[in-house]
Amino acid sequence: MKTLLAIALTFASVPLAGQSPVKAADAENGKKLYVADGCYQCHGRQGQGGSSAPVGSYGPRLAPAKLPLEALRAYVRHPSGGMPPYTAKVLPDAAIDDIYAFLKSVPAPPPVKDIPLLN
Amino acid sequence: MPENKDSQVDRRSFLSGAATSAAAIAAAVPAALAAGQSQSQKETEPPAKVEVQTTDRPGADFMIDVFKSLGFDYVCANPGSAFRSIQESVINYGGNSKPEFITCCHEESSVAMGHGYFKVEGKPMLVFAHGTVGLQHASMAVYNAFCDRVPVFIVLGNNLNAATRRSAVDWLHSVQDAAALVRDFTKFDDSPVSLAQFAESSVRAYKIAMTAPSAPVVLTADAELSEISITGRTGLTIPKLGFAAPPAGDSASVAALAAMLIEAQTPVIVAGRLARTQGCMAHLVELAELLQVPVVDSGARMNFPNRHPLNLSGNSRALIENADLILGLEVTDFYGLVNNISRQLEYSSRPLTKAKLASISAGDRLAKSNFQEFQRYQPLDLDIAADGEATLPSLVEAVQRLMTPDKKRAFQARGAKLAGQQASILAKARTDASYAWDACPISVARLCSELWAQIKNEDWCLASQSGTFVSNWPLRLWDFDRPYRHIGGSGGAGMGYGAPAAVGAALANKKHGRLTVNIQTDGDLMYAPGVLWTAAHHRIPLLTIMHNNRAYHQELMEVQIAANQHNRGIDRAHIGTTIDDPNIDYAKLAQSMGMMGIGPIEQPGDLASAIRRGIETVKRGEPVLIDVVTQPR
Repeated sequence: MKTLLAIALTFASVPLAGQSPVKAADAENGKKLYVADGCYQCHGRQGQGGSSAPVGSYGPRLAPAKLPLEALRAYVRHPSGGMPPYTAKVLPDAAIDDIYAFLKSVPAPPPVKDIPLLN
Repeated sequence: MPENKDSQVDRRSFLSGAATSAAAIAAAVPAALAAGQSQSQKETEPPAKVEVQTTDRPGADFMIDVFKSLGFDYVCANPGSAFRSIQESVINYGGNSKPEFITCCHEESSVAMGHGYFKVEGKPMLVFAHGTVGLQHASMAVYNAFCDRVPVFIVLGNNLNAATRRSAVDWLHSVQDAAALVRDFTKFDDSPVSLAQFAESSVRAYKIAMTAPSAPVVLTADAELSEISITGRTGLTIPKLGFAAPPAGDSASVAALAAMLIEAQTPVIVAGRLARTQGCMAHLVELAELLQVPVVDSGARMNFPNRHPLNLSGNSRALIENADLILGLEVTDFYGLVNNISRQLEYSSRPLTKAKLASISAGDRLAKSNFQEFQRYQPLDLDIAADGEATLPSLVEAVQRLMTPDKKRAFQARGAKLAGQQASILAKARTDASYAWDACPISVARLCSELWAQIKNEDWCLASQSGTFVSNWPLRLWDFDRPYRHIGGSGGAGMGYGAPAAVGAALANKKHGRLTVNIQTDGDLMYAPGVLWTAAHHRIPLLTIMHNNRAYHQELMEVQIAANQHNRGIDRAHIGTTIDDPNIDYAKLAQSMGMMGIGPIEQPGDLASAIRRGIETVKRGEPVLIDVVTQPR
């Protein structure tokens, strides 16, 4: 997996000859795609993450996004574990960009110390 | 065998008597008509031979004596003609007390109520069902109980003697071998042909059901036996119930395991379907503290206090990967514990650890073949085919015998390294819970936090699955410190278990005055929502909080995986997997069943007051349902 990620990181940052100008990522559209393409099913509607140990861990937290876009693209195309693969046929790069923009737009939660029920 | 002889005589004389009566009447009627008697004369003159039409002492009364001797508090059943005599004897002869008849709307609910009841009370529930239509309804719940090693005492009404079936429905509801339907996932069954055999088999079935590994048992109660007159009958006795000691590990194997534990540098204990009693939890704590070994509690039972410094369940993956010895205590899926199985298109798995593996489990003692609940085979370095709870005391003693001052110092040093990890796990859980804190739909972490805030000072019991469906949030955030704090899962991963199991657990908690809460998934409730009526009808106090994600969410994810693997996108994965259009109004559903229904709650800020109202009502002895629209998991 580390190899895959490294390759993806290398190539994803190199513009290809003849590639059309990249449209600015659209967070609003990304929010719709995030739901329509089922990301929310494991990662939650705000990317807060899903289940954790001891039973059936899956769907790690995605937002606010810390993972580089290139790493996200690489993982979406060739995931491991329980996540199914999304090929370019069903999820174009532009859609991933928009989803990433949405994940970046999700605000950080309030500090735990400011939530009485969590103290 | 005088009792068998007696019963044969009884049965034969009953049949011949009935046949004689019928023949006499058949002969008398044409004779009377031939004599030209008027209708009024016929009605005022007694027939030549009077048909036996009543008995003050049916065989069913003796069956109730048997049930009372076994100490059943309740019988859960949907009424059925095949056991009508037994039901009548419960409510009249037995006074509807011990057992008290609990009216269920579905046989799956009856058995699942028994499932949840046992996991709190430690006693099996008595269940009545038709041998045919009832048992078919019940069968999924029987499978769940079997997989979860929970005893349920099931009595099937049947009418084996074709000569006494009175109607077409009697034929539809009769079966040669009633228990065959569930024999693959029950521990014992019998079809007694006499009342004496019924008594003996009932006592035997109870003992077998309760001897670890526990599982459901089935007795067929023939309708003819239950209706036969036992007036003046002597010699019917009920054998004394005796309990067998559960199978414990042999001393040599236990000593070998103790030596492995003493010598291991990075051991881990994994507790599966282990603890049935407070004593078992205490022994596991003692063993862990002696060795300063981290414990991973799978959540299948309430095995180990989740805030104990050695409960490192939240670090289970790292512990497994770094262990040099893994001791599984009643672990069902050992292979899945120590291997990483890919969910990708092509099957692959790889070991997670090079640790030595040891197991104490009675699982193989109940091995069946057809249903594959026994999981993938995992080679083990030491495999003790014994009951974990029964073996733990001797394992503790064996470890104590091998303890030296040097070892004790080494273990204390190991414990010091582990100290603080539990607190870190809890801190991380709280941080994780803060994400999507104000989200709408409401996050499950927020729901669980709001609920915890209002029950933590009560004597509470979480009577619902505490793992996957709720992303483990209760286990991560709450303080589970007693055996009845949660009741584990369904066993067979069969839907329809949750709601009735919670009602059964609440029934058991009622006399203890415990506050029972159920985080109820929507898809599960819709299998047989009539159990809400059962809770209302019998005044069973229970707070049900709907985890209403408006989907069969696990299946939605499964279809998503398939669609992705087929390279088709997932925009149609909702077809057949969501529960919307229209949305179900669970509060109104609850109200229609006669209980308080609150909601739907869609804003997290509205949760606290709703839960407060709900708890106030539950404390008055009534069930309440609060519908909360939630995130998927």
